[in-house]
Amino acid sequence: MEKFTTVTGTAVPFERSNVDTDQIIPAVFLKRVTKTGYDDALFHNWRQDPEFVLNDPAYAGATVLFAGPDFGTGSSREHAVWALRDYGFKAVFAPRFADIFRGNAGKQGLLAGVIEEPEIERIWARIKAEPGVVATVDLEARTVRVGELELGFEIDDYTRWRLLEGFDDIGLTLREEAAITAFEARRESWRPTTLPAR
Amino acid sequence: MSGKTLAEKIWDAHVVTKGVDGQPDLIYIDLHLVHEVTSPQAFDGLRQAGRPVRRPDLTIATEDHNTPTLDIDRPIKDPTSRVQIETLRANAAEFGVRLHSLGDVEQGIVHVMGPQLGLTMPGITVVCGDSHTSTHGAFGAIAFGIGTSEVEHVLATQTLPLKPFKTMAINVEGTLRPGVTAKDIILAVIAKIGTGGGQGYVLEYRGSAIRALSMEGRMTICNMSIEAGARAGLVAPDQTTFDYVQGRPHAPQGEDWDAAVEYWRTLPTDDDAVFDAEVHIDADELEPFVTWGTNPGQGVSLSESVPNPSDFDDPNERAAAERALEYMDLAPGTKLKEIPVDAVFMGSCTNSRIEDLRAFASIIKGQKKADGVRVMVVPGSARVRLEAEAEGLDKIIEAFGAEWRFAGCSMCLGMNPDQLAPGERCASTSNRNFEGRQGKGGRTHLVSPLVAAATAIRGTLSSPWDLEHTNAEGR
Repeated sequence: MEKFTTVTGTAVPFERSNVDTDQIIPAVFLKRVTKTGYDDALFHNWRQDPEFVLNDPAYAGATVLFAGPDFGTGSSREHAVWALRDYGFKAVFAPRFADIFRGNAGKQGLLAGVIEEPEIERIWARIKAEPGVVATVDLEARTVRVGELELGFEIDDYTRWRLLEGFDDIGLTLREEAAITAFEARRESWRPTTLPAR
Repeated sequence: MSGKTLAEKIWDAHVVTKGVDGQPDLIYIDLHLVHEVTSPQAFDGLRQAGRPVRRPDLTIATEDHNTPTLDIDRPIKDPTSRVQIETLRANAAEFGVRLHSLGDVEQGIVHVMGPQLGLTMPGITVVCGDSHTSTHGAFGAIAFGIGTSEVEHVLATQTLPLKPFKTMAINVEGTLRPGVTAKDIILAVIAKIGTGGGQGYVLEYRGSAIRALSMEGRMTICNMSIEAGARAGLVAPDQTTFDYVQGRPHAPQGEDWDAAVEYWRTLPTDDDAVFDAEVHIDADELEPFVTWGTNPGQGVSLSESVPNPSDFDDPNERAAAERALEYMDLAPGTKLKEIPVDAVFMGSCTNSRIEDLRAFASIIKGQKKADGVRVMVVPGSARVRLEAEAEGLDKIIEAFGAEWRFAGCSMCLGMNPDQLAPGERCASTSNRNFEGRQGKGGRTHLVSPLVAAATAIRGTLSSPWDLEHTNAEGR
């Protein structure tokens, strides 16, 4: 995973709450067996509407998304994160994220930062006053700046550290292999096994 | 020191290494369920890194999301669906993972397969690359959905790094009236706490109304925990749980069974344990429930009317309600019972088990479906289909004018050909009423199997209470 330090790019005011992962990427796009190339699928149904915010030329090439509460609810599909990433987004901010989405984002180097609702609304107003304005995200300092507006955001220490270092989770866990093996030796015999099939 | 909750006891029994300084705990996973949609990129990751599946004997796969529910003996028509299924078959063979393919008696929705095989049991940790993994919490297990990177992580290490959850008690006291079911309880819970109310929590469903539910009913409730924002929901194991598990193919046997039950009896939340949050629902007051909007929290009793967005104080909720009514093509103040439907879908991991099919059949028996309404009944697994046929439920369903299909996720999310056409309105026993979920432009009202049955008879959203002949049963 690439190290995440700072990102500067066009900011998008995404003024919707409860953006579920079926909207981020409809199920019809989940049939692919690859991990990249989902940029065309992002918000596919909403993008048919010419008024949809990402169809506004002012937000072309955007990399920072500011959304309403409960972003990423519903299905566990990591494709939602892949689609945001493939489209070019590096960071998503919202007052609340669904737990699975936030976890998936952290695994793929997409920053999911929490900003309280009144502050998100201030950012929306600021962007709309100057569509195309650039946002600068500083993960080290946990701040985001949009024009002259600078705000802090929340992200848990562990995810921040992993993003800053670009660590791969499986590699980190396999350092504990001896502990895993010891745990397995203690497991009770009543616990289920799938093999041999009965 | 105060006691522990059910969830905390299970968590503590699965800590491989304890996290320090804000690091997550490393948690051991007892059972990993796999399906074709969220696994191909995970197996690919293993292949690229040269890693094996650490514990094939704790892993099991099935085909459910893409599988057709008609003509299952013919090649899958959609080439991308076919490639995804073939990829799972190749990966299972290469990595030594047990797979129940289309045509196999155990094939079906992954959350129906685990319990029917007796693999799902109290006191274990269960994961799957599917958010409705919360279903398995009905047995008193910690069960939750994971993303594809985590699927790869579990395949490689049989563990996950996880931060402890907060705990929330959902206390449901009282007695459900006939015609009111587990589905109505959970829809009412989601409407009460909202789609984000459970974020960061494990929900424990408690109280006399939960104790009175069958395992199928408890699975329906835990299934939709994710719709309240909670990754997991659970119910303390009791005699109902033990009776359901005992004798199934992978249930413990002999001394193992005795040791397991002895341990399982220690799992219920201690009397002096403290939850981080508590919610109360009065089961006596509940009525058949239905959603009117495009998220599962937008629901009311079926006897009510479509709400007016101006009734919502919160500006975000108001905007969401306005958008939802526009998408659903509904006017504020319309009586829900006057809303006609084009389709009824009876199925999904929420409501496709044998008891759900029995409840549905009990209402439609001897009746004819309303003209112009398409009714599709999709059992949760091939085994459920066989059980239903042994009981003659298929005959009741076909005589009613409904379609009796093969097992799979089907129209819950329309990855296979079972989809709504744009503008079609459906009463669905599934779990998500998101825009386009059941087909682009389709409109979904979430309901119980009993409401689905009554709606199929009358052609408008209805409950058994609206039927002359009602012999409503079902919990």
